[in-house]
Amino acid sequence: MRKTILIADDEKNILISLEFLMKREGYLVMVAHDGQEAIDVISKEHPDLVLLDVMMPKKTGFDVCQEVRANPDLKDTLILMLTAKGRDTDIAKGLALGVNGYIIKPFSTRELAQKVRDMLEQA
Amino acid sequence: MRRFDWRVAIGVAIIGIICLLWLLATGILIWSTLDGAGRDAVAATLGPSIELLILMWAISLGAVGIALRWLVAYFMTAPARLAEDAQVLLGTDVKRQLQPSGSIENRSLTELINQLVQQRETLREEMDALVQEAAHNTELEKNRLAALMSELSKSVVVCNLDGRILLYNNRARRQFQRLSHPPKVTTGVELLGLGRSIYGLFDRKLLTHALDNIQHRLQGNVTSPSAQFVTTTQSGQLLRVQMAPVRAVQHETKESAQMTGFVLLTENITDEFEALSQQDHVLNTLTEGSRAAIANMQAALDVLEYPDLQADMQASLLRVLREETQGLGERIHELKSTTVNGFMSHWSLEDMQGADLVEAVINRINAREEVTATKSSVDTSIWLKVESFTLLEAITYLAELIYQQCHVNMVQVRLGIIENHGQLDLCWTPKNNEKDIRLHCEKDSIRLGGEMSSLTIQDVVERHDGAFWFEHETDGHQALFRFLLPLAKPQEYQQLSALVNEKSRPEFYDFDLFQASEHARSLEDCKLSELSYTVFDTETTGLNPADGDEIIQVGAIRIVNGKLLQQERFDQLVDPKRTIPAASIPIHGIQPEMVQGQPVIAEVLPAFHAFVGDTVLVAHNAAFDMRCLQVKETETGVVFDQPVLDTLLLSAVVHPNQESHGLDAIAERFNINIHGRHTALGDAMATAQVFLHLIHLLDEQGIQTMGQARAAAQNTYYARLKY
Repeated sequence: MRKTILIADDEKNILISLEFLMKREGYLVMVAHDGQEAIDVISKEHPDLVLLDVMMPKKTGFDVCQEVRANPDLKDTLILMLTAKGRDTDIAKGLALGVNGYIIKPFSTRELAQKVRDMLEQA
Repeated sequence: MRRFDWRVAIGVAIIGIICLLWLLATGILIWSTLDGAGRDAVAATLGPSIELLILMWAISLGAVGIALRWLVAYFMTAPARLAEDAQVLLGTDVKRQLQPSGSIENRSLTELINQLVQQRETLREEMDALVQEAAHNTELEKNRLAALMSELSKSVVVCNLDGRILLYNNRARRQFQRLSHPPKVTTGVELLGLGRSIYGLFDRKLLTHALDNIQHRLQGNVTSPSAQFVTTTQSGQLLRVQMAPVRAVQHETKESAQMTGFVLLTENITDEFEALSQQDHVLNTLTEGSRAAIANMQAALDVLEYPDLQADMQASLLRVLREETQGLGERIHELKSTTVNGFMSHWSLEDMQGADLVEAVINRINAREEVTATKSSVDTSIWLKVESFTLLEAITYLAELIYQQCHVNMVQVRLGIIENHGQLDLCWTPKNNEKDIRLHCEKDSIRLGGEMSSLTIQDVVERHDGAFWFEHETDGHQALFRFLLPLAKPQEYQQLSALVNEKSRPEFYDFDLFQASEHARSLEDCKLSELSYTVFDTETTGLNPADGDEIIQVGAIRIVNGKLLQQERFDQLVDPKRTIPAASIPIHGIQPEMVQGQPVIAEVLPAFHAFVGDTVLVAHNAAFDMRCLQVKETETGVVFDQPVLDTLLLSAVVHPNQESHGLDAIAERFNINIHGRHTALGDAMATAQVFLHLIHLLDEQGIQTMGQARAAAQNTYYARLKY
């Protein structure tokens, strides 16, 4: 079965590339443009993995992560956090709140694709 | 009105009775020598003219009364006045020639007293010359201190442990002028003045917290036990404050130095802060914004490399690249127009041992009673950079939140280290293992005991450049709030005694400034000589405040510790919003155009109220001035409920025999020159000097406390006047 991926980021300019890339990798791709939309999509569509940006309108990536982890139905959802902040306090916070991995912007798409592949295989 | 003299009345009555008895005795004697015919003849002669006899008796009594009155004035009142005047000369150092009056003996006595006063003056002057010479060196030292203080670029305020201001420099004065609110009326003197409370300037809790920190460090023998914090004032200015203890001079004992007061060094960093915030903003947009932009570009580039890309996809990716490069260019331009000198932490973080912080957290939480906090595991090697006041408030708030939301009344505090950060946890065991409970409080304003702070938890965390979250431990059953806080280098502890023994203490600390003065006595028991006073006077459009007469000028001056503070004055014209009667202008000298554009009474009274603060109000004929203030209570909402003393009444207490207790007459009695009589400030100054003399004279009569003075004043005739 094809794995599904949700890309949650408010920047259209990266959604274009990431969507293309993930489709090319052979995944089913959904997109969300803010935190609330991300939560809605996750609880409805149960994607296997979420590429989650931290700084988003309405709800931050941290909020989304916390809500997902609080819901037992979604406990298998993998979360890969994308952060432009790059502060180690943010990374510590993300890991504490239950993200499965993080990537600091900017990143190479190859690195990202590899990370996604690894996470899905391990699961 | 001349007072009725009982002595004259009693004298006349006694003489009248004696005359009557004498006449009766004579009559009875004559009556007994007469025979029947003689008696009839006498009765017939005197019977019809008995009224005449009584009238003559009464007239003679009147004559006796007048004579007695003159005699009393001549032989008794004149000496009594002389005695009162002499008492003034004895009790104060007034130089004045007494006017001879009354009998020859009284006159010569007056002359003698004048000569004695002259002699005393000569002696005193000689003495003064000697003292002055001796004081010269001390004065030099004081001047050196004054020069040093005024040269300092930081503002300095010295307080005793009660928070009373004992010393401040010019810089501080200017700084607090800027803080004064509203700036139109006041000049900052209502905030900063000798004897005023520092808590009018700074939040009492904040200072108490800083003092506690210093005390704690003193006990721990830290080398430089100072504390610092940043605070906002009511007018929105940002101050960075450094607090250092003033310690008692030690006499070769090893016990830890006792704190007797503290020095506050303050710096207004409002402008600096604004500049820094802007720099922060630029830097943040640069780093975080650029990361995102570069990520967008890199992803687009990576995708562009795929050979089988469709034309429209290629076009949109190129557009992404163009947009992002342009955005980056703009950001660089923005950076160039702002000078960025480096990343500085604008909030004043201070180094604190982690264990101390944990202890403070526990004490703060336990002080609030609902929740009990205990220490769990604490790494004592950790030193943190914290702004402890706000951090403690935040944690205390969280403990209350746990109590309210989870109904748990036991929390544990934990401190560990994770990579480059200290990790402070507030943990608890949720009831019934409710794992699903979630607490979102980052954006909560910190509320403590009904008091709402303008800060949120997130603000506090950002000040520390740290992180904060709520989590359930995966192993174990605990829930926790976690703070990541910046680490500091461990401070070295040094033996304090080594430093104290060095001769580094400046010698100007020998003024007797630091004797704590706050007595646990009620105001009634306070000594008049130790209280702080605001002596004031108002000029008005007329004498009927209740019927539309308005205040047009308020003047006031302060007395602290028995000293008139010439610099700390309040002098304000008021626009009465009505005409000033022409008849009143010669009295106060205020022309209608002078009050134009001046603040109205609703602006002036709040400022004056702040100037008065917690001092005792003093005025001459205070009933009138207080009435003027009282009729404005409903309009301005400012209530002057301070205790009041009236120099007119007190003068009547001290000198019951003087005919006039007008300000001019009293001033003449004390030989006070009034500068600017009938200006509010001039009269207030004169009243203040009169009041200082009165305190001395009351003391000699055994009237020493506020309660005694008020009781004595109430018993005088003048206390019954009403406005």
